[in-house]
Amino acid sequence: MPGYLLRRILAAIPVMVVVAVFVFLLLRLTPGDPAAVLAGDMATPEQLARIRASLGLDKPVIVQFVSWIGQLLRGDLGTSLISQTPVTTLIAQRIEPTISLALLTLLLSILIAVPLGVLAAWRHGGITDKAVMSFSVLGFSVPVFVIGYILIQIFAIDLKWFPVQGFRSISDGIGPFLQRATLPSLALASIYVALIARMTRASMLEVLGEDYVRTARAKGLRETAVLFRHALRNAAVPIMTVIGTGFALLISGVVVTESVFNVPGIGRLTVDAILARDYPVIQGLILLTSALYVLINLVIDLSYSLLDPRIRY
Amino acid sequence: MAETDTHAAPVAGPAQRRGRNLSLRRLAPVLAGGILLLIVAAALLAGALAPHDPLQMMPSQRLKPPSEAYPLGTDAFGRDLLSRILYGARISLMVGVGVTVITVAVGLPLGLLAGFFRTLDSVLMRIMDGMMAIPSLLLAVAIVSLSGASIWTVLMAITIPEVPRIVRLVRSIVLSAREEPYVEAAISLGSSLPRILRRHLMPNTLAPLIVQGTYVCASAILTEAILSFLGAGISTETPSWGNIMAEGRMYFQIRPSLIFWPGLLLSVCILSINLLGDSLRDILDPRLKQRGAER
Repeated sequence: MPGYLLRRILAAIPVMVVVAVFVFLLLRLTPGDPAAVLAGDMATPEQLARIRASLGLDKPVIVQFVSWIGQLLRGDLGTSLISQTPVTTLIAQRIEPTISLALLTLLLSILIAVPLGVLAAWRHGGITDKAVMSFSVLGFSVPVFVIGYILIQIFAIDLKWFPVQGFRSISDGIGPFLQRATLPSLALASIYVALIARMTRASMLEVLGEDYVRTARAKGLRETAVLFRHALRNAAVPIMTVIGTGFALLISGVVVTESVFNVPGIGRLTVDAILARDYPVIQGLILLTSALYVLINLVIDLSYSLLDPRIRY
Repeated sequence: MAETDTHAAPVAGPAQRRGRNLSLRRLAPVLAGGILLLIVAAALLAGALAPHDPLQMMPSQRLKPPSEAYPLGTDAFGRDLLSRILYGARISLMVGVGVTVITVAVGLPLGLLAGFFRTLDSVLMRIMDGMMAIPSLLLAVAIVSLSGASIWTVLMAITIPEVPRIVRLVRSIVLSAREEPYVEAAISLGSSLPRILRRHLMPNTLAPLIVQGTYVCASAILTEAILSFLGAGISTETPSWGNIMAEGRMYFQIRPSLIFWPGLLLSVCILSINLLGDSLRDILDPRLKQRGAER
């Protein structure tokens, strides 16, 4: 196990190196002068020079690369062109709403999707199965922001159950937090639910044909015990995998959902950065989310042996 | 017992199921195809169908409800919503088709070569792993903000994150196909490399590529709408479903139709493409079913 752990962690390093090099080259290989694009049409030569210096574009490429990697290793993601604040500080200020929203979404998605997937596999070919599968195609197809506005129209404007927009931190109490975070989480959960439900169904279908499921039934176990204790546990590995790869979807969903529901998180930071052409912030967010993606999938990989004792490293 | 039958289904089921759902399975792609044809026709004939110039602003007609002159009402600048949506279909379809074509054109050769040459494979796949770790929306946003938002930049910004998926797919097919005796025979006969790749390996990738292409197309249309919605898309002088919604956001509580109509069309369009992709997958390659669940 320790050997595998080490190898797995070492394998994540080249991925991160590729991400860093790719992001580095993105700015340098862009046709035209990115500094001019970022500065806008009204920029003075001084502003242009300032932006170039701030992005490090005024030095030879190899010097740029070494200092850029050095900065990254020290945890320095650069400085905002607009507010002159370190990007890490900006992200730290905005990360709490995003994390709480993402965790609530994850919780809701698993609570909704896994039982739906199990049900669909159990009633394979029946009406429930078809309903769940149609729902999942819908979840893939209807954009998050459309779902967000439909939820706002129904639950906030017509029924007045929830406020239309806004956000309250968990530290203000769980009630106010849930009141504002439920709708955005539901919108965000739509695609995740579709993904997880599909995978749960496919994975359960495979497992339900196995001998030990028949044995469990023959022992006279209750059907819920057969499904959730025996079958689901064995079907868990692909479900965990899809939760990990779905993280990328969650990121793009968060950006959109936060701007629909006016949540002051990482997503809003991204949108503000787009509108202000604040490239270092976008770049910092890319590096951070990519690292998170690699880390989450690493943790999930390592969790397989906990979920399934047959997997030994 | 009935219950046992249900559970035996995974083994004996598929054939029976196909029989029972024949009508539904045939109906879905026909319906989806019909809807797509309608959208394509609407986009092509936008000039003739649109009751107004999509760019003409009428300050006296701001945010009007639907009327005879303006079937879906007007937006905040007094422009006709229906005309803008019709013209917007052009952008969505263009982005969908454009991204799919470029992605396949770049991804197919890379995947073929990666599957064939071991050393290239290990290097290329590390690069693809890294690219896939970057959230595609953020990557697209970065590309657009660096080069300005023209239709070409947007096309590139959506294409680049999609390429690794195609490369991986093609490579995985080539990896298994190259072990086949006919490929070995072609190599020992001294066929040239381009010939082996084109004549012997590429045909294997065709069916999965068509299926994956529909998903790329759907995802590209969605990403374009999201980019426009976030303000990183094509400028509002060229109406697209995404930027109509982006402009409608501020007036959502007064005139929700500014979001719902383009949103509905966008959803229906993506849904139809996905349904078409699913049935193509079932027809062309039943083995792909599993892969579809993981996408």
